Amino acid sequence: MIRQLTSSERQNAAVIAIAVAIVGLAMAAVGRTDVLGVHGVMVMLFAGAVLFYVLSGLYQPEPTEDRETSYYDDPIKVGIVLSMAWAVFGMFMGVWVAAQLAWPNLAFDAGWSSFGRLRPTHTTGVIFGFGGNALIATSFHVVQRTSRARLAGQLSPWFVLLGYNLFCLLAVSGYLIGVTQSKEYAEAEWYADIWLVIVWVTYFILYLRTIARRKEPHIYVANWYFMAFILVVAILHIVNNLALPISWGHAKSYTVWPGVQDAMVQWWYGHNAVAFFLTAGFLGMLYYYLPVRAQRPIFSYRLSILSFWGITFFYMWAGSHHLHYTALPHWVQTLGMTFSVMLLVPSWASAGNALLTLNGAWHRVRDDATLRFMMAAAVFYGISTFEGSFLAIRPVNSLSHYTDWTVGHVHAGALGWVALITFGSLYTLVPSLWKRERMYSAALVEVHFWLAIAGTLIYVFAMWNSGIIQGLMWRTYTEEGALAYSFVDSLVAMYPYYIARAFGGLLFLIGAVVGCYNIWMTVRSAPLAAPLNADVPIAPAVAGE
Amino acid sequence: MPEIFHRKLERSAIGLVIAIIAAASVGGIVEIAPLFTIDETVEEAPDMRMYTPLELAGRNIYVREGCYACHSQMIRTLRDEVERYGPYSLAVESKYDRPMLWGSKRTGPDLARVGGKYSDFWHVAHLTNPRDVVPESNMPAYRWLARTSLKMEDLPLHLAAQKALGVPYTDEMVENAARDAYGQATPDTDFAAGVATRYGDETQVSAFDGVKTDVTEMDALVAYLQILGRLTGAAYENTAAPEGKPNPEG
Repeated sequence: MIRQLTSSERQNAAVIAIAVAIVGLAMAAVGRTDVLGVHGVMVMLFAGAVLFYVLSGLYQPEPTEDRETSYYDDPIKVGIVLSMAWAVFGMFMGVWVAAQLAWPNLAFDAGWSSFGRLRPTHTTGVIFGFGGNALIATSFHVVQRTSRARLAGQLSPWFVLLGYNLFCLLAVSGYLIGVTQSKEYAEAEWYADIWLVIVWVTYFILYLRTIARRKEPHIYVANWYFMAFILVVAILHIVNNLALPISWGHAKSYTVWPGVQDAMVQWWYGHNAVAFFLTAGFLGMLYYYLPVRAQRPIFSYRLSILSFWGITFFYMWAGSHHLHYTALPHWVQTLGMTFSVMLLVPSWASAGNALLTLNGAWHRVRDDATLRFMMAAAVFYGISTFEGSFLAIRPVNSLSHYTDWTVGHVHAGALGWVALITFGSLYTLVPSLWKRERMYSAALVEVHFWLAIAGTLIYVFAMWNSGIIQGLMWRTYTEEGALAYSFVDSLVAMYPYYIARAFGGLLFLIGAVVGCYNIWMTVRSAPLAAPLNADVPIAPAVAGE
Repeated sequence: MPEIFHRKLERSAIGLVIAIIAAASVGGIVEIAPLFTIDETVEEAPDMRMYTPLELAGRNIYVREGCYACHSQMIRTLRDEVERYGPYSLAVESKYDRPMLWGSKRTGPDLARVGGKYSDFWHVAHLTNPRDVVPESNMPAYRWLARTSLKMEDLPLHLAAQKALGVPYTDEMVENAARDAYGQATPDTDFAAGVATRYGDETQVSAFDGVKTDVTEMDALVAYLQILGRLTGAAYENTAAPEGKPNPEG
């Protein structure tokens, strides 16, 4: 990998690593006994490891002159490996916390292993670790292929990828040692948030410069989604995380948003993390890998435009549906509900566009589990966006809110849509990236597919049942007009579903492990003697462009 | 026509960037900005007090341990919720909450009005091992809280940061934050008297975890749980409350 960098680029990499290590040292020095000091040491170790790698390869042969005539795939390969590693970690944490709900003593007598600290390691591990790395890797791949241009930087892709993973490590380790802002999907503290802004701005500039190099007149629809993902996540992240640290030497900070305004900002962020991280980015994947795998063009250009702008505009209004019947003013709740219902139109336009693209390729869906992953993802996308609009309706929400139904809804989207589209995309991408004819084992892709589907269905059905039962028990009255059930009665009714949910999650985790093995064996297998077709950008017209 | 326009737009990266920012900004601005300008958003509550340093420390432990993942602090305007938990929550009750802890999942019950509902002793037993007092419970045990001394020397920094953000702590409160935290958990000491002077006579001063010699994280967390829903009586005055405000001594 270091062979792709010139010696001056290697020196720059070393300088950046040293700079990051110095920041880590400063954090350790001012943090001292505070947990900030622990994170300072972690930053130093991370930067030190990168520095060691760069220095040990400092005198390797330099890349050839014609580097610009090929795509830059090394960071994508590493991104895929990191993504799968985070998947196993994050899903294992998910199974563990799910099991703790059924068997609360499945913890050690120490803070780090209790439910409240493990839960954000699960959500961050799967959303940002697994999902985020997959998004970075596939966006680097898609933007190069659809622009017919090499990434507009040699170091910056590595800075984005490794810097992002450093953020994830700081976040996840922080929760275990008790560092959290408690903001849903934005728990990491101020210093990690500032670091992510630096990484993210680099990502945005890299992406924009690569698009500017394109040899195609039009920007392909997948890139619209990746751009919306990068841009809007930056806006959301900065606004939601505005906070005042109690001092430069402490990890703890207080958000600038108080009470009801904080509630609105948190759910404006929270729901749009779903929209622009877990939807827009993954729609970018769908719009490239599904047509590639199906060997069919996207069904409708107009539907693509409609759904893209619909999602970009409508989603940002929907967050307040998380706050129905609360102390948030009624008018904001109503706006959130209205836009949530309207969101069904662009959402189904996307899902329909994906499924109609498969017309003429349904025999491939039958025979090819990789394409079936993406088909199932589009179906679950349709189901969970319908469910989302439905749950956002105020009277429905009065039953579903605070119950497991919400958790089931999130997982219908996260397992059924986000994870399935990712696996389908990775199984398409891995053989082409490593220049293999196909995945090591088509049978194992098939096994993974059925484990994932079974796991998702068991999980979602368990949570639908528990959520609806819970909601009904809370509001059931006796004939005398008294509440029929105590809270504990409703909890006791949940146990069978908590066990079923943990089992469904376990199946999903096993599927991911099978996927890791398959990807590993594919990478280890012998490469093709000659590439099937020339996977290179158009050579620059003018040398030195 | 719109299609022709879009064919032009998608040839320009900067054009797309600007269009995305414009489309995505509207919703947030329309929904968030007025929450700061419309006066009725947060009710008036002249009797509202701030968290004492010990309660604030307890709140930070509540945040650290992720209690909000299973317990809401937001009673909705629904009959069954009001009858189960008490008067529905008002915006003013979380006026000083940074972050807010309204929550979105009830694996356990709502805690918005749990203050005063159970004794300190019950809370300590429950946090030490929930199944000792509620056999069906699936809540984690928090035994280490009683073993861990509370870090109090940083508390002036905490109050100063809150003050800078607009919580009306006085300089005296900031200065005495560590002493007040110690005093609130050690009745009969000189420090205890200062807490009542600065935060009001109704402030509960108690050896929350039953041990008077050491201030632990258990003290702080129980102090916080006991103040939940009791910073102001506004919810009992302005709403159809089925019960009176609980007695602070209860």
